[in-house]
Amino acid sequence: MRRLTLLTLCVAALAVLAAGLAQGSRSAVPGCGKGSLDLLHSGQLTVGTDNPAFPPWFDGVEKKGSTFKTSNPYSGKGYESAVAYAVASQLGFKHSEVTWTPVAFLRSFAPGSKPFDFYLAQVSFKPVRAKAVTFSNSYYFVNQAVVGLKGTKIAKVKTIAGLKPFQFGVPLGTTSYDYVVRYIKPNSSPKVYDTLNDAVTALKNKQIDGLVVDFPSTGYITAVQVPNSTVVGRLPSKTNEHFGMVFKKGNPLVACVNKALAVLTRNGTLKKLERQYLAGSGPLLK
Amino acid sequence: MTSTIVFIALVVVLVVTSSGWPEVKEAFFNREIFRSSFGEIASAFLINVKIFCIAEAIVLVTALGVAVLRGLPGPVFFPVRLLAIVYVDFFRGIPTILLIYLLGFGVPALQLSGVPTSELFWGTVSLVLVYTAYVSEVYRSGIESVHPSQNAAARSLGLSHAQALRHVVVPQAVRRVVPPLLNDFIGLQKDTALVGVLGVVEAFKQTQIDQASTFNFTPGVVAAVLFLLITIPLTRFTDYLVARERQRRQAAGVAA
Repeated sequence: MRRLTLLTLCVAALAVLAAGLAQGSRSAVPGCGKGSLDLLHSGQLTVGTDNPAFPPWFDGVEKKGSTFKTSNPYSGKGYESAVAYAVASQLGFKHSEVTWTPVAFLRSFAPGSKPFDFYLAQVSFKPVRAKAVTFSNSYYFVNQAVVGLKGTKIAKVKTIAGLKPFQFGVPLGTTSYDYVVRYIKPNSSPKVYDTLNDAVTALKNKQIDGLVVDFPSTGYITAVQVPNSTVVGRLPSKTNEHFGMVFKKGNPLVACVNKALAVLTRNGTLKKLERQYLAGSGPLLK
Repeated sequence: MTSTIVFIALVVVLVVTSSGWPEVKEAFFNREIFRSSFGEIASAFLINVKIFCIAEAIVLVTALGVAVLRGLPGPVFFPVRLLAIVYVDFFRGIPTILLIYLLGFGVPALQLSGVPTSELFWGTVSLVLVYTAYVSEVYRSGIESVHPSQNAAARSLGLSHAQALRHVVVPQAVRRVVPPLLNDFIGLQKDTALVGVLGVVEAFKQTQIDQASTFNFTPGVVAAVLFLLITIPLTRFTDYLVARERQRRQAAGVAA
């Protein structure tokens, strides 16, 4: 009897060990099992993003009582939500082991500790920004685009030079601002809004002629927010601009996320998600 | 004096030796970024100065008007007094940023012809509305602080209510409220930054643009320095005015 108990214990211990090994080996990225990662909360991947999080980056129906408005990052729908879960699964996290936390853009790069393991909210990589935080490799290469109201003068423009006489608006803290100032060089300097929503309101109110945003965001604006608006055109990429996830400066987790992104690029997952969520077309301005 | 020096030294040592200091120093006091962002923020600051000057000039007059209306005597003027009270309660009671937001995005959305859609216009109008409410209360307290005998004496000399206010009460009242008036104007000067929510690129908005572009908070320090460059001399100037006024009054008392 006693021996039997011991045996049972032994088997149980082996089973636990085996389960542990299985758990560890579930990570598709060697050396990056979730147990070996230095995380904010162990066993949980905490991902930050802006709130509200908009389509096409985040989709799914807003959950009642959730802090996240407009969409539901937990849905795994929308490009950035899907990418985050794909990366998480590469590192061995189950869907339920990913926690989303709302973080204002400004807070994402404030010095000190960060409330997330990584942050993704269409943040473009820039060398000067990389002095304050660590960026992952690209998970999306981005084009800027101009949105205007149908039937207005700007809607007929075909060239970048033709954009000069118009009043532009851009959301704060975006590379859209840099693009307008550096490459469109309009006659009057662009108006800069705290949020994309405010900029969209200004377009609706005709306080600006054109809104410059990253191209994938134009879909939601023209389809849902301002139905009488249209994509005037995509702007040619000048800087190989891309989005990266934001990490606390020097966070070693970035190495594992980069490996996961490399796998997702190689096996075509990123391309597939991009086609699924970010498809759309507009004329390219010359 | 010694205690002050010791205290400041202690605070400085505490901050500089804290473990996060090098990171904070890099993020908030980066010399290179300070220099490169100064020009842009300084020129954006001119918009703050412009809003401030226009709004202050209007507020000085309108607020006195509201205060006088609120002090009109007799039951005939009850509706006017009520209106003044409701006005002050309303505009002092709502957050300034909310009013700017509502007027700046709301009125242009009406798409009325002939009504300006300029953000600068509606931002300034909002500030004028709010600060007129604040400053009218300052004026009122000044008017009420003038002893009733002054008014009675003026009226007994045959001056009308308006004349008594104009020549006797208001001049004394205004002199007394210069410090609180200035207090409100410093507030107004800082609140010009709120107009930025409408997309106007003033000093604070330019700061945010630079911060977001560089992921560094030094531009905020630049803006703070610019605001202080205006507000501190303004405060010292009022102190001087008040001191001079007091001296004059005392001198007059001695001469009498």
